[in-house]
Amino acid sequence: MRKIKLHEIAHARAGDKGNTSNVSVWAYDPGDYLLIKQQLTAERIKAAFPRLLQGPVVRYELDHLHGLNFVMQEALEGGVNTSLGLDSHGKSWSSLILGLEIEVPDNALA
Amino acid sequence: MLRLGCGAGFSSDRLEPAIDLAEKGKLDFLVFETIGERTLAFGHRDRKLDPKKGYNPQLGARMRGVLEHCKANGTRIVTNMGVANVPDAAKLTIEIARELGLKGLKVAAVLGDEVTHLLTPETRLFDNHDRMIKEVGLPLAGANVYLGIDAILPALETGADVVITGRVADPSLFLSPMVHRYGWRTDDWDALGRGTLVGHLMECGMQITGGYYADPGIKDVPRLADCGYPIAEIGADGSAVITKLADAGGMVTKRTVKEQMLYEVHDPARYLTPDVTADFSKVEVTEQGRDRVSVANARGTKRPDMLKVTVGFDGGYFAEAGVSYAGPNCIARAKLAADILNERLRRHSAIARQMRVDLVGVNALHQTALLDGPSVAHPQPARGYGTSEDVRVRVAMRSTDRAACETMLWEVEALLCCGPAAGGGYRGQITPSVVTHSALIERERVKPSVEVFVA
Repeated sequence: MRKIKLHEIAHARAGDKGNTSNVSVWAYDPGDYLLIKQQLTAERIKAAFPRLLQGPVVRYELDHLHGLNFVMQEALEGGVNTSLGLDSHGKSWSSLILGLEIEVPDNALA
Repeated sequence: MLRLGCGAGFSSDRLEPAIDLAEKGKLDFLVFETIGERTLAFGHRDRKLDPKKGYNPQLGARMRGVLEHCKANGTRIVTNMGVANVPDAAKLTIEIARELGLKGLKVAAVLGDEVTHLLTPETRLFDNHDRMIKEVGLPLAGANVYLGIDAILPALETGADVVITGRVADPSLFLSPMVHRYGWRTDDWDALGRGTLVGHLMECGMQITGGYYADPGIKDVPRLADCGYPIAEIGADGSAVITKLADAGGMVTKRTVKEQMLYEVHDPARYLTPDVTADFSKVEVTEQGRDRVSVANARGTKRPDMLKVTVGFDGGYFAEAGVSYAGPNCIARAKLAADILNERLRRHSAIARQMRVDLVGVNALHQTALLDGPSVAHPQPARGYGTSEDVRVRVAMRSTDRAACETMLWEVEALLCCGPAAGGGYRGQITPSVVTHSALIERERVKPSVEVFVA
């Protein structure tokens, strides 16, 4: 096995509602979807950013479109009108998640 | 077939691609969506400073740009550019129509989204640990309920050339022309679910034609600088193709559509609007040709009984200030500056409660995830600091005490002489702040109405 950044095999988009951020993650190649689904669990996301994610993380699956949707509550320092951060919408959240690593078999092309 | 275009996906969205759509899009309806949680708060802030303002600041420019084309092409406009002052937005549109010689142009204003009078100090804020409004400790600035198609349809039925609303659910701006044209029953949940999917895909404008998408080398977008706004071709059954003008930049692909489908969506099987509980979980997305993507198989169930309200509070002031360091060892000097600010500003309790210090270029966006924040106890660069050729120290705070904000700005500027070597580029600003939370109210208590203006 070797590790690659999720960015190499998936694309993502972040959205915000109040203090909740959601990031959808989509496999470029349907063949990579199962790998992503197995490794990119809600627990993994929650554990990767313990200080950013103050609330629960829930994952929804759209298997037929090869996408996952992570809903992260209490993730935006209060939300767009409360946060003191530069990125008060959390638009950059998708990039943060695409920086996580996925283990792929040595013989995989990705 | 019904052709809908989107001419704005947020408050500050571009103008000239919207004029292109009005001129060449052969549209039945052109929709401008310009309200978010942030920009609604700005609307309340602007109206407080000037009772004649509070609508979208680009309303005038947009109407001047598209009204003549729309009138000539039989394209009707639906927009929420009224934001926090719908009547004055309608009056300005009438003025512009007269300037342009469009005598008789009819504007329908949708009123009734402002519901401050329906809330009490005991109203619960579901996004704030169910605390009551009175527990927030800030004065109420304004509260707006998300209206739906039942508020917009009577405005369309007046035959108005332009329909202007305040806070309505974004997809409802698009769904209402579909229901108006095709006569769908307002309890035909599957039809409303299909139309809501189309509205949701369109509401952010270029986010479905290549905007908010490009990542060079891996997700390239052609001619992003001249990206076009989207067009939806909608059939009588609610099935739709998303496309764009052929000569516009950008692209519509299965991937741009999928990303946008879940934008700001939580459970894909339960997307709540005032009109329907839409189900996107079984949606099929199919490329039909270059820049033509069809969507099908959205569904719906009964609409919610309760409507969502955005409750704005006068949050006092938002203050932001910064100073930059460059060249060798710049990160260490920036961190020293941050340590000094933390040490000195935390002596002021009014500031310390709501202050944040970032090193822009090092750790500003996800500081807490990647490393320990700057502190006097750990003056050495911590794990996660890389190298940089210039770094900016940024301080942000929110306070009802303007003097506290001014103290912070002064402290950051003082670093030019009193701080680490070679600091420059100080800027600081203090702006009014509106803090928002969300509540729910019973649908029956909301009484939308329509007022018609004629040029």
